[in-house]
Amino acid sequence: MTTTVEGEPNSDAPAPGAAGGSSARRRLGVAPEVLFVTREQYVSVIGGLRDDGFEMCADLCGVDYLTHPGRTLPDGVAPERFEVVVNLLSLSQSRRVRIRVQIPAEDAVLDTLFALYPGTEAMEREVYDLFGVVFTGHPDMTRILLPEEWEGHPLRKDYGIGRVPVQFKGAPGPR
Amino acid sequence: MTDNEREPEADETAPHVDTVLATPVSGAEYDEPSPVGTERGLIIETSEGAQELFPRKDTGSEEILREAGAVLRLPEGVILNGDDIDIEQTDDETMIINMGPQHPSTHGVLRLMIELDGETVLRTKPIIGYLHTGMEKTAEELTYVQGSTNVTRMDYLSPLHNELVLSLAVEALLGIEMPARSDWIRMLMVELNRMSSHLMWMATNGMDHASTSMMIYGFREREMILAFFEKTTGLRMNHNFIRPGGTAADLPDGWEDDVTIICDTVLPRLDEYDELLTGQPLFRQRSEGIGNLSAEEALALALTGPLLRSTGVPWDLRRAMPYLRYDEVEFDVIVGTFGDNFDRYSIRLNEIRESIRIVRQIVEKMPAGDYRVQDKKVTPPPRGRIDESMEALIHHFKVFTEGFRVPEGEVYVAIESPRGELGCYLVSDGSPKPYRMHIRGPSFVNLQALPLMMRGGLLADAVVACSSVDPVMGEVDR
Repeated sequence: MTTTVEGEPNSDAPAPGAAGGSSARRRLGVAPEVLFVTREQYVSVIGGLRDDGFEMCADLCGVDYLTHPGRTLPDGVAPERFEVVVNLLSLSQSRRVRIRVQIPAEDAVLDTLFALYPGTEAMEREVYDLFGVVFTGHPDMTRILLPEEWEGHPLRKDYGIGRVPVQFKGAPGPR
Repeated sequence: MTDNEREPEADETAPHVDTVLATPVSGAEYDEPSPVGTERGLIIETSEGAQELFPRKDTGSEEILREAGAVLRLPEGVILNGDDIDIEQTDDETMIINMGPQHPSTHGVLRLMIELDGETVLRTKPIIGYLHTGMEKTAEELTYVQGSTNVTRMDYLSPLHNELVLSLAVEALLGIEMPARSDWIRMLMVELNRMSSHLMWMATNGMDHASTSMMIYGFREREMILAFFEKTTGLRMNHNFIRPGGTAADLPDGWEDDVTIICDTVLPRLDEYDELLTGQPLFRQRSEGIGNLSAEEALALALTGPLLRSTGVPWDLRRAMPYLRYDEVEFDVIVGTFGDNFDRYSIRLNEIRESIRIVRQIVEKMPAGDYRVQDKKVTPPPRGRIDESMEALIHHFKVFTEGFRVPEGEVYVAIESPRGELGCYLVSDGSPKPYRMHIRGPSFVNLQALPLMMRGGLLADAVVACSSVDPVMGEVDR
């Protein structure tokens, strides 16, 4: 079940008569194709896109939708807590495509793209480090930015920001 | 077990300390009552082991493949033989050394673990995170107005590019059309910033090649540009000048003369550097054929910027997917052939020349008009109105305290920073703060090329290869 959405939900915003600006924005890759895939289709769809000329995986990042559950999604896509967003780039066609995968919180696991795009190695480690999404098949699923004994995954929405207690006489405790 | 038993004893015998100070600050302690389904059980056990480079005998073949450059799993099916360097390798003869995080030639706090056989580099592993300050998390706590003060500190050598990419993303979500002058002012500032960043690279790269005069020259020229930035934005670095909705101010009077003087001074001096470095046999011998990359490897590793262009791929986002008004100026995309350090040097040197060309065209074409969008939702009132109108004061106060609301949606915007594709993935939930802001830092991705570039080379060349990637650790670690 692959759902394609052409353009952004709010891409009807540009005013008429400003054709130059809006076409520039379109070229910027702001209104590319967005594909929603399931976890099972994830690797095969991206592998197909790579064969279609998307030579580079420009970016891979995670989003935690814990406090924003009612987001706009096309029909047939059930919202889950985590989302991994992959931005593919085709140099030959000057085109971008964005793939969004829903990942449930209780089973935050996704297949790695390492075999398709080795450049995702560091990006997947970053998503693991900051969100706790495990990429199966990744050769080195370790933390990358935080020290390895760190507890928790800071970019999750339920991860408190925390405060450093200040060492003054009579200072109140952490608020 | 033994650890658990010893723990209380140690506490009893320890002198009484203020428990507040001893409290860990990892955040979990101070959590508000958590929202739905957020028990600690969700947090995965973090026992993934060390991030370091291990001796060869403790390392699996898959791990060696990855360290030696995962790229070698190319579509053509080239599989790397872990032992294809022509050296007898045993753990007795090799040694693993640490370079960094405080080594001067690592350009910040980059730590490289290098396996050496004599002077030959066998394996390298970059270990990063020493400058991680959680800027993506911070961004979720700041309004869109405050956001640019945050991102400008990421890539501290090209702060204006960071501000630009955030502003473009926010404006794309807002769906506002920018006035022409604001686009041209942004282009001027960004191109000057590209010059200053490349000059800084020339300086440090020269120093890595033991050319201390290049070091001084590079900083001297960069200072001219920073002086212009100070005049325009008030700050030498971390300007917070390009903001969602335009720029913070118009260009100062006489900016054309300042910019022309910069161009007229830097251009002939670039020829001097050409003479100083390009024509120098020592420099050429140390850079030609060192740190080679192929186009397939660069694409597979998602390398962008001068690293990708040095392999012969003519990819520059200013040309391929123009933003601002780059389709209205003439410039050349500089492309290399061999993908070695010398190509990357020539690309950066000539990109300064191209930036000068662009800046001169901007001086001619700068239109009159507004430097920020006249949209009351986004733009605060002019300073003069605040003294005379209560409504303007309230409006100003609201913009800077509460911020403006951005329609729900998500967007990915990318621009060409001096280091490559600088992307911003922005998710808005309709509130005045970004729900998620992710910056795709070119240095972060480009660093993955290091193990491959250093492989089989000499340790002295490793320093130069690291320099030619041009990593800025503020952006790598964010």
